[in-house]
Amino acid sequence: MDEMLVRQLQIHACRIRMGIIDGVYHAKSGHPGGSLSIADLLTYLYFTRMHVYPDNPDFAERDRLVLSKGHTAPALYAALAEKGFFPMDEMKTLRHIGARLQGHPCITIPGVDMSSGSLGQGISVACGMALAGKHRNDSYRVYTVLGDGEIEEGQVWEAAMFAAHYGLDNLTAIVDNNGLQIDGKITDVCSPEPIPAKFEAFGWRVFEADAHDFNDLDRVFREAERVTGQPVAIIQHSVKGKGVSFMENQVSWHGTAPNAEQYEKAMDELKEALSRLEAQA
Amino acid sequence: MSDVIKKATRESYGEALTALADKYPNLVVLDADLAAATKTGIFKKAYPDRHYDCGIAEANMMGVAAGLAAAGMIPFASSFAMFAAGRAFEIVRNSIGYPHLNVKIGATHAGISVGEDGATHQCCEDIALMRTIPGMTIINPADDTEAKAAVEAAILHEGPVYCRFGRLAVPVINDPASYKFEIGRGVTLREGSDAAVIATGLMVNEALIAAETLANEGISVRVINMHTIKPLDEEIVLAAAKECGTIITAEEHSIIGGLGSAVAECVCAACPVPVRRVGVNDTFGHSGPAVELLKQFGLSAEHIAEVVREAVRAK
Repeated sequence: MDEMLVRQLQIHACRIRMGIIDGVYHAKSGHPGGSLSIADLLTYLYFTRMHVYPDNPDFAERDRLVLSKGHTAPALYAALAEKGFFPMDEMKTLRHIGARLQGHPCITIPGVDMSSGSLGQGISVACGMALAGKHRNDSYRVYTVLGDGEIEEGQVWEAAMFAAHYGLDNLTAIVDNNGLQIDGKITDVCSPEPIPAKFEAFGWRVFEADAHDFNDLDRVFREAERVTGQPVAIIQHSVKGKGVSFMENQVSWHGTAPNAEQYEKAMDELKEALSRLEAQA
Repeated sequence: MSDVIKKATRESYGEALTALADKYPNLVVLDADLAAATKTGIFKKAYPDRHYDCGIAEANMMGVAAGLAAAGMIPFASSFAMFAAGRAFEIVRNSIGYPHLNVKIGATHAGISVGEDGATHQCCEDIALMRTIPGMTIINPADDTEAKAAVEAAILHEGPVYCRFGRLAVPVINDPASYKFEIGRGVTLREGSDAAVIATGLMVNEALIAAETLANEGISVRVINMHTIKPLDEEIVLAAAKECGTIITAEEHSIIGGLGSAVAECVCAACPVPVRRVGVNDTFGHSGPAVELLKQFGLSAEHIAEVVREAVRAK
């Protein structure tokens, strides 16, 4: 991947992280940890892979993304704002009464392809979208992002069976493997491991990637696009809370908003990172 | 009565889908390993490329239906009422109802008339469950004619629709040549002034028989076919309340949360009159031949007539 492009993506990702923190802080609630762990992934998808159109969000042939781990809506909203679907400043209205940025993704928000948040359901919906594409010979692709805790839901495996059975090679499921869920480590709560072997056993082509390395994401997604006849699962190894030092790998930041002091600290870190990146760009 | 034509509305469902397939090219059918029973097998045979079996996985099927609809298709997701409304309730609520997607749910084998399979498959709670979902339309047709009309009306309606069909062959009471179906509009099948029976599904025919019996006793009974439970035709309900003074509801469903509840909620707010509910009386079913079960659970013309007599006496 071109170094300048990587730098540009890092800048987008940094702004998206600032949007996440801004949103969760002003909402006084929300899920920063798992939002930060998918900030790079959503940056990569929305700025390199996906054909989406902020001035025509409902374009029928667009690529689609279903955020199955819907509690990380702040990441999706900030990515859509960064892409131009609505102003980044709107993140400050997240979860406010009367605002359109609901606590979990809502289909009426520009750029949001599906309401989600009840875990395990988004991947089924993504299967339906991919099936519609196959049925009509459309060329769009469908992405769905799952949590590693989320895949404890049985519906995920119903969907996994379905996608393989119908050879949905226009579907890519990304499992955000940050290793933590609300009650603790996924391996302590009720382990879904081994994740790659499970998807393989269900008939999926599986790749693994470093969730915070754009070159690695690019390598894997490009390879994934060449797969035919079966759906693709990308297990991305990520750090919960990535990009804000005191939130990294801390399960306590799964669903907690920062206080004023923590907010300032987080924003200062991100602003500093952003100026560093901009200086290099 | 040997010349009465009988047909199960699940068959009407499979036949209607097949008959309408060419007219509506976006229509696709999903099933969960029950295509033979839900009668979507008829469609599958005629249009194999437009039928997707999801296997025994109703939760995923409802999600797949949501995705198909979000991408512009008109999916009919088919299963038994128990699994479509019961097992998959939360997916129907969150993935179909909340985003108000254009999914049609074809729920067959509703009610006690499933028969021999017994309580685990006799769903008498589905209308109650579906009624609580904002924006959900619920249609419970009375016969073959109405079931077929309901399928096309569901296709033409933008938004989620729950269509409820039965396993048992029931008399065809509506003339297909003249019958007009409109979602949300009840049909007065018989005028009357002493009492009004508001019935749905296979209980409509029982209500007509009861009204005939009661006419011979000098009791004038209005019979309303309420094929759409939601949105409820409040106008026809309130007119019945005002003009007849007492209402009896009849449904092959729990007396909790179904048509009886919907009618009672409507009249208690705007024109309170006694409402007596004929239905499954807060109990599970059990195995047995469908026709005998219907009698045993009081889902019969005889029982409706008894309740009407009591209602009229109490006026």
